[in-house]
Amino acid sequence: MLISLAFFALAALLAPVLARVLGPRVFWLLALVPLGALAVSVSAAPRVFEGEIVRESLIWVQHLELALSFRLDTLSWVMTIVVLGVGALVLVYCERYFAPDEPGLGRFAGFFIAFSGTMYGLVVSDDIFLLFMFWEATTVFSYLLIAHYTDRKASRGAALQALLVTTGGGLTMFVGLIVLAAAAESTSLSEIVASPPEGGAVMTAVFLILVGAVSKSALVPFHFWLPAAMAAPTPVSAYLHAAAMVKAGIYLIAALTPGFANIPGWSESLVALGVVTMLVGGWRSLRQTDIKLLLAYGTVSQLGFLTVIAGFGSRTAALAALALLLAHALFKATLFLVVGLIDHSTGTRDLRRLSGLGRQRPVLAIVATLAVASMVGLPPTFGFVAKEAVFTALLEGDALGILALLGVVTGSVFTVAYSARFLWGAFARKEGVEDTEVHRDRWDALVSPALLAAGGIGLGLVASVADPVLAGYAVAFPAGGHEYHLALWHGLEPALGLSALTLLLGTALFWKRERVARLQAMVPATVNAADGYWKVLRFIDRTAARVTSTTQRGSLPFYLGVILLVLVATAGTSLVLNETWPTSWRLWDFPSQAAVGLIMVIAAVAAVRADKRFTAVVLVGVTGYGLATLFVLQGAPDLAFTQLLVETVTLVAFVLVLRRLPRRIGVAHGRPRHRAVRAALAVVVALTMSIVAVTALAARSTEPIYPEFAELARTLGHGVNVVNVALVDVRAWDTMGELSVIIVAANGVASLVFLDRRTDDLVRPRLTRGRRGLLRQRPITEPSRPIGRSRALAETGEKRLAWLLAGRTLAPENRSILLEITVRLVFHSIMVVSLFVLFSGHNAPGGGFAAGLVAGMALVARYLAGGRYELGAAVTIDAGRLLGSGLVLAVGSAAVPLLFGADALTSAFIEGELPLFGHVEFITSTIFDVGVYLIVIGLVLDVLRSLGGEVDRQQEEEDPRTPHERLEGRADA
Amino acid sequence: MTASLTLVIVMAVLYATGVYLLLERSLTRVLLGFLLVANATSLLLLIMAGPDGLAPVLDNGTEISQIADPLPQVFVLTAIVITFGVSAFLMALIYRSWRLSKADEVIDDAEDLAIAQRDANVEAELLDPDHQDQEVDHLDELSAAHDLAETGEEEKQ
Repeated sequence: MLISLAFFALAALLAPVLARVLGPRVFWLLALVPLGALAVSVSAAPRVFEGEIVRESLIWVQHLELALSFRLDTLSWVMTIVVLGVGALVLVYCERYFAPDEPGLGRFAGFFIAFSGTMYGLVVSDDIFLLFMFWEATTVFSYLLIAHYTDRKASRGAALQALLVTTGGGLTMFVGLIVLAAAAESTSLSEIVASPPEGGAVMTAVFLILVGAVSKSALVPFHFWLPAAMAAPTPVSAYLHAAAMVKAGIYLIAALTPGFANIPGWSESLVALGVVTMLVGGWRSLRQTDIKLLLAYGTVSQLGFLTVIAGFGSRTAALAALALLLAHALFKATLFLVVGLIDHSTGTRDLRRLSGLGRQRPVLAIVATLAVASMVGLPPTFGFVAKEAVFTALLEGDALGILALLGVVTGSVFTVAYSARFLWGAFARKEGVEDTEVHRDRWDALVSPALLAAGGIGLGLVASVADPVLAGYAVAFPAGGHEYHLALWHGLEPALGLSALTLLLGTALFWKRERVARLQAMVPATVNAADGYWKVLRFIDRTAARVTSTTQRGSLPFYLGVILLVLVATAGTSLVLNETWPTSWRLWDFPSQAAVGLIMVIAAVAAVRADKRFTAVVLVGVTGYGLATLFVLQGAPDLAFTQLLVETVTLVAFVLVLRRLPRRIGVAHGRPRHRAVRAALAVVVALTMSIVAVTALAARSTEPIYPEFAELARTLGHGVNVVNVALVDVRAWDTMGELSVIIVAANGVASLVFLDRRTDDLVRPRLTRGRRGLLRQRPITEPSRPIGRSRALAETGEKRLAWLLAGRTLAPENRSILLEITVRLVFHSIMVVSLFVLFSGHNAPGGGFAAGLVAGMALVARYLAGGRYELGAAVTIDAGRLLGSGLVLAVGSAAVPLLFGADALTSAFIEGELPLFGHVEFITSTIFDVGVYLIVIGLVLDVLRSLGGEVDRQQEEEDPRTPHERLEGRADA
Repeated sequence: MTASLTLVIVMAVLYATGVYLLLERSLTRVLLGFLLVANATSLLLLIMAGPDGLAPVLDNGTEISQIADPLPQVFVLTAIVITFGVSAFLMALIYRSWRLSKADEVIDDAEDLAIAQRDANVEAELLDPDHQDQEVDHLDELSAAHDLAETGEEEKQ
């Protein structure tokens, strides 16, 4: 079975390609796949007939205990015969049905064979979750197949409706399956049915599963999707919506009935639903003028019939259900294929316009008549045998059986009437209507319907041979009074009388069709399920719009407020209830802590009140520097170091941005009431966070892990600075994530400012090789692009030595010789210091982050002293490359250990004696730290190039005057 | 465990001022608020770290029993650098917003407002039952499918 499924999958993938080469002939090739699978089923037949259950299983997801487990018992064997047999015949039929230039032929072929495979998988799955997956897959393929004519609005609408209705049912069913599997402690369908669990939850679960079955099999109140789905090509209608997919619900009911028929309400609800569906379908079928729709409502009606008998739950009923299922698949698929041929050869399906077809296409008419004979239950068809069995089964039953009998007899009368209407409508010569013009199909188009119709007759003739096969399913039920067997002739029994009665009444109903039509027109459709569906959809649409418009106000502060409120409500409440408080309090750890704290508090409050941007920024900076001091006091030099550097770089970056913005921050927004609400929220959040802090502190009640952690750093990480070793070795994965964040942020900064490229296109200063010695640098050559300052430069065009490479590109009024000299003198020293900080970080405060920031500070100094050309001269490598190479180093040091069979990021320690250096130790995590170093430099460089250099350039572009001129201009104005 | 009231108060003030600024519409204030909240969070981690101690550098005879808990310090270090990255990004946003619209204010999202407007239209439509809803495409398709199912006649589009 697994191999068959693999073939289906392969065929589905290859079909589009093959269809391009072969055209419609691809269907012949594809038909081989279901035929092959059919051969597997047939070869397993002897074992199945003996009552054995053929199993196959393959572990799929071990942890979920999900297995690809399949089984073949009588029920699923019969289903495979239907699914594969009808499938193969319909595929053969498709070759005739589609023109070679049919648009989307390959797609259709692929979907069709894929559907066939999933349907096959559905009926052979033993694992209920596997079954569910196939179940949903059939829904999806049905959606794709119904919507085959993608350019037709009706097709798309019908497909979507079928999808929504059946997946809605499918999801409900899924819930039921989960509950059932949990209660049964098994996911095997055969095990669950063999020893069904009990209890209220199981009852609910079973009914939830029934919802899925009912929606799939288009029973009332979900029946409306099936007629609409007739927008699909006829082969799809014949296969999916007559023989295979709509039977999935019946199959599931039939599979569960042996285990759950005793659940109160099971038979009752299924009989009620079935009877109502049968009557509604039959009644509406009588009104149709499109013969395909007539058949569609007929299918709805027959599915109701099947449900009644499949859910009835007795041995005879089970036998009858299986027989009826088989009979229905044979005759209904035939009829749909016949309709397809009629549509093809005449161009219409309207029975008011079809006339005289029977004389012109006698073979077609005979095939249709044979199928109809089976549908109405004329002997010697298999339909007759099945119907007899149904009547007998219901007669054997109790009061429910009698009620059901009344229903199905009435339904059968409708069946006879609409069957007659179908035959008459399609083939009879009508008064006042000209004979329809007929294009001849090739004879072989009739092969499939003819074979199917013959199957219906043939099975009827050999009913007693079929009986022991089908009885394999029925034995799951307790034996009744006497054993019933399928046979063509049972003698003069009540069932025969009922059959005759239905035929008689049905014919009468057809005879008086005009009066019936008038009656039908008089009875208004009071309840329309399709309308209900419509209303539900509109309600969902409207609710979605309502919810969106109430929650999505478009205001960022509003969203943030909601998030914070949730934080307060959840975290705050649970923490207060938790009642883990510190054992003791003290005012401060050191008096200096209080002093620093006071400064921070004042600065923070003042920052809120500041109305000038620079003031506010500096005040916030004060809290940052205060924090660094607190770090020092608390024994965290690494943090203090990094915090100081970050705070400074942030300040610089801030200043770079703020120079373009107005000095004052706009007035605080909102009315005073809003501000009060914000303040209240802020205070509440702060209180919540205080509780978080003290609770977290109080929760430190057991032995902390850090002593061992620190020991690990020393022994495994070979470093004594625990913080740094943790960053690059013990917890390097965290750092890896952090590096990604930084790279994303750096790219974000660059792309927000440069917009269409990653970096600046500054003209790099051209240096003469060999003359780069200290103080011997030539002044930088002028950038080739004209910039505003060139005039100022031209005036001072002498060849003096410059302190900085690009010093002369600056306007004279922007230059500070003192700054240039200082930067000139200290830049290289700072870079050396940064390298020292980097490599000593393992054993002393420092490391990649701090070192990168130190180097960044050196670049900041170069930029501030010499402008963007100086920055370009200082770092000739692109920031993106820095980030990239840093990432390569970091990822490399994570990945390389994998090659040696170690875990990712495992560090290796190398030591040895080197001449000159003496004893040298090297730990590979240093490479990781170098990566960190490069990435941090890359970030700072990106900030400087974007918010510094590029902003300068854009400013010059907008206003090419020098700052000096600008000042003068302002004075003039 | 002994808690230092000073640290908790400083943290609370930083959170309160930070959140207040975050709820503003001026992007500069939002960024300032973000920085304050970030500082407050560093402080939160510091408070959680427990008692102070020697720097977690195990040389010169420093014993493990004497050092401050290094693990929260690792987290704070990570937080500090990420804060820098994010605030740099916010600065670029501020600059971009200023260049585009000469404003550094967060304005209400136009799409969201449009949805709210549409909802109001649907409401109005409910009061006016004759009004046809032209916008809901799939319902339109569906009604076409149902017309087809009812009459067998398809309206070609």
